[in-house]
Amino acid sequence: MQLARVVGDVVVTRKDENLAGITLLIVQPLTPDRQPAGRPIIAVDSMGAGVGEEVFFVRGKEASFPFYPALPPVDAGIVGIVDHWDLADRAARIG
Amino acid sequence: MLLAKIVGTVVATRKDPRLVSNKLMVVRSVDPRGKAEGNYLVAIDTVDAGVGETVLVVSGSSARMASGLKDCPVDAAIVGIIDEIEMNE
Repeated sequence: MQLARVVGDVVVTRKDENLAGITLLIVQPLTPDRQPAGRPIIAVDSMGAGVGEEVFFVRGKEASFPFYPALPPVDAGIVGIVDHWDLADRAARIG
Repeated sequence: MLLAKIVGTVVATRKDPRLVSNKLMVVRSVDPRGKAEGNYLVAIDTVDAGVGETVLVVSGSSARMASGLKDCPVDAAIVGIIDEIEMNE
């Protein structure tokens, strides 16, 4: 999984029927120092995350598991909303 | 699989139900000599590892083969704590 910040959402009207009702968000992967790590990607959301929140997401077919038994064609999905993370050398807390 | 060092922990109250009661660690991949290589991952700890330890991380779908992670939405799991690495070069 990777840490990320939700930076936007995506509206798609015409899509695969298995994507119906599934929220698509734009997430920017982060380093633990909150620096961008690579390009933003689109991830599905089953957690109710909102723009600005810090999350972790899973890549690969596991991204579809939260929607089981539906099998949406997705390869990245938010599986948790982060309260905070703590690093060994210094605390990195939200707020 | 990759070698990684545990650099921190993640606290997430709201997460997929299948992740509840799993420990989430921030790990950074390292080379065999222990030098950090840059990539950070969030990995599920299945072997009771601690911050600062060098561990064995399995990524991708195979992470679900770690004990207790069957059918969990995970793509990285800590499956071993490294005692020692010998490099022959």
